[in-house]
Amino acid sequence: MDVGQMQRQLVEYTKSLFIEGYLDSQFLQLQQLQDESNPSFVAEVVSLFFEDSERILKDLTFALEQKIIDFKKVDAHVHQFKGSSSSIGAQRVKNACIAFRGYCEEQNVNSCTRCLQQVKQEYFIVKNKLETLFRLEHQIIGAGGSIPMVELSF
Amino acid sequence: MIMDCNCIEPPPGDELLTKYQYISDFFIALAYFSIPLELIYFVKKSAVFPYRWVLVQFGAFIVLCGATHLINLWTFTVHSKTVAVVMTTAKVLTAVVSCATALLLVHIIPDLLSVKTRELFLKNKAAELDREMGLIRTQEETGRHVRMLTHEIRSTLDRHTILKTTLVELGRTLALEECALWMPTRTGLELQLSYTLRQQNPVGYTVPIHLPVINQVFSTNRAVKISPNCPVARLRPQAGKYMPGEVVAVRVPLLNLSNFQIYDWPGVSSSYALMVLMLPSGSARQWHLYELELVEVVADQVAVALSHAAILEESMRARDQLLEQNGALDRARREAETAIHARNDFLSVMNHEMRTPMHAVIALSSLLQETELTPEQRLMVETILKSSNLLVTLINDVLDLSRLEDGSLQLDAATFNLHSVFKEVVNLIKPVASVKKLSLTLHLAPDLPVYAIGDEKRLMQTILNVVGNAVKFSKEGGVSIIAFVAKVESFRDARIPDFIPVLNDNQFYLRVQVKDSGSGINPQDIPTLFTKFAQTQSPTARNSGGNGLGLAICKRFVNLMEGHIWIDSEGIGKGCTATFIVKLGLPDRSNESKAPFVHKILGNHGPTNFAGLKVLFLDDNGVSRTVTKGVLVHLGCDVTTASSSEECLRVVSHEHKVIFMDVCSGIEGYDLVERIHQKFTKRQDRPLIVALTGNTNKVTKETCVRVGMDGLILKPVSVDKMRGVLSELLEHRVLFETI
Repeated sequence: MDVGQMQRQLVEYTKSLFIEGYLDSQFLQLQQLQDESNPSFVAEVVSLFFEDSERILKDLTFALEQKIIDFKKVDAHVHQFKGSSSSIGAQRVKNACIAFRGYCEEQNVNSCTRCLQQVKQEYFIVKNKLETLFRLEHQIIGAGGSIPMVELSF
Repeated sequence: MIMDCNCIEPPPGDELLTKYQYISDFFIALAYFSIPLELIYFVKKSAVFPYRWVLVQFGAFIVLCGATHLINLWTFTVHSKTVAVVMTTAKVLTAVVSCATALLLVHIIPDLLSVKTRELFLKNKAAELDREMGLIRTQEETGRHVRMLTHEIRSTLDRHTILKTTLVELGRTLALEECALWMPTRTGLELQLSYTLRQQNPVGYTVPIHLPVINQVFSTNRAVKISPNCPVARLRPQAGKYMPGEVVAVRVPLLNLSNFQIYDWPGVSSSYALMVLMLPSGSARQWHLYELELVEVVADQVAVALSHAAILEESMRARDQLLEQNGALDRARREAETAIHARNDFLSVMNHEMRTPMHAVIALSSLLQETELTPEQRLMVETILKSSNLLVTLINDVLDLSRLEDGSLQLDAATFNLHSVFKEVVNLIKPVASVKKLSLTLHLAPDLPVYAIGDEKRLMQTILNVVGNAVKFSKEGGVSIIAFVAKVESFRDARIPDFIPVLNDNQFYLRVQVKDSGSGINPQDIPTLFTKFAQTQSPTARNSGGNGLGLAICKRFVNLMEGHIWIDSEGIGKGCTATFIVKLGLPDRSNESKAPFVHKILGNHGPTNFAGLKVLFLDDNGVSRTVTKGVLVHLGCDVTTASSSEECLRVVSHEHKVIFMDVCSGIEGYDLVERIHQKFTKRQDRPLIVALTGNTNKVTKETCVRVGMDGLILKPVSVDKMRGVLSELLEHRVLFETI
């Protein structure tokens, strides 16, 4: 596969991520911030996000497994997760978090557990997608090409 | 000497006779002597004896008679002269006394006889008095019964108890055989047997109310004796051999609330009940006057008690009704509140849900714009993009609507190109119109200023809405838009009676008329057009599609712009004209308006390089800290980050020019502001404190202002936005983003 094809593939893939709502404009902002002085800004932020998220998800699972669930704590974790996912632009994860917070307020255990599953699912999907994206980028760079910068106006 | 005695010697054979005479005389004397003794004894014993003198006389008479007979004893034998003299004296005395007594008795005996008569008379009188006393006692007892009855009757407010008690007590007091109460039926034409004394459950006998005997009873308030054979009195089968007892009937007025007039009680009652009282049959008792009076009194009391019971019933009923109504009102209020909450929730959720796909559309249209396109396609894509932007604005305005109701929406004021607004609207609508084969014409008056000051976005939205409606509801013909400056004279329009135009030199009224040749509106429906969500009922009217929100929003915008909007139509099928007038400002050529707002600073205004600007950023979320730091670094700032209030306080110094604080990540930033203010007393040295929040809540904004923050911006913050924010802050030292 030549560089041009790979670049087109990358563009297609990125496009699909936006269409399907996995990422939103915030992600583009991140990409904008990446420049010569800060060549791997996006990767850094994304890996920080992954670390953070794994930790939060573990805490959440633990909190919901307790006999007496401390909904305030759960809500605090979800709030954190929502904050980080919206900073990244992981739209679906953020939406799932919003719904989760609603159920936390209602103190509905079953719905919360279900929501947690949903959040985890969304997170893993987006993690997967982002890893694929990075892999494609690495391939292009490896092949000597450059990452096409997508200028979007919102 | 024997010659002395003149007595004749008795014949010698009469010695026996002499003996008997002797004995008899003796006894007579004895008797005569004992009678006065008896008399004296008994008179002494009796207390009252008015004739003592008679007694003395009589006593004397008797004694002398006795003495005579005693002395006679001596005369049987030869006796001396002395005895004869004594005998004669005694006899003479006796004669005198007895004559005197006889004479006296003539006076006395009638008297004695009359004593007997008087005694008889007194006995009769005593008997009579006894009878009368018996009567009085009965009456008094009856009076007591009445008082007790009244007390019983008046002590309860239950109609049934009142009537039952009345019958029972009357029956007892008057020793009645039967007592019955006939009440008028609902129709008022019959009397129905409602209560009886002896029978437990009276079967519903009814009797027509217009019987003569009943009329007679109803016409007077006295108790009336009636025949035992009349229908109301015939309650029990005839006992047979006995004469039925006398029957009395009395009316009982049934009073309603309306019958109470102070000076005319009981006034005119609309209906009466009939009380029938029967004496026991075969008792030969008669109704006494006092018994009738008793019955009348009781009937009155019952009437009063019943009326009280009726009043009580009424007021209980009224109270229940009120309770019910209160309950219903409460429920309605809660339902209304729930509905309002639901609507608000719905609006906010829908708003959020609507933004997401819109972003996708905008994103992809932008992406599409970057690709290879033919000029036609490019035009189409640009139109799509513009429409989507407008749509995003509309979505924001759906949210605005709830804020419009709070009155918290404020119009932006900026200079914009008025002519191009109209042209854009035409461009947007033209494709749709040409598909429907409608002609679209725009006429701008020559004196219409090119530039105006106002809220461009919302003005365009209003014009677009009105023109859009015109196109939507026209099937043929065309739509024409005319815009001109309204002259003050034209305001004396019957349709806008309350409109008082107030202008100063920098303002003008823009008048826009959109005429279409469509299906028209029924003049009756015109008032409801501007009501939110209201749809007119007639099928030919303008209700196909649409959510009914557009015109309501337009009206509010127009009102905010101190204007007026209305629609005229001749009728169905005759098209209609929508007109609105809004106040706009005239731009001063020398200087631009200086309102600090953020929306327009999306271009590359101001310094793009904030080299070395020391900024402190506080956020406890690691990822968003990194991202925002990246943004700030990209703009050239020297960024320090802190993840807690304590760290912030530790690190902050007078070199930091701006502190950004994320206030929705749980940090209580508000008292941090206080402490920072304390740390930096001199205003010039103090860093500007700006809050970052994702919360579009007025309360948040107000709290930030209150604690003394210098600014508030909404997340998410893009590079361009941050650039604008920083330049604004450095220039004006305050920035509160409109929420």
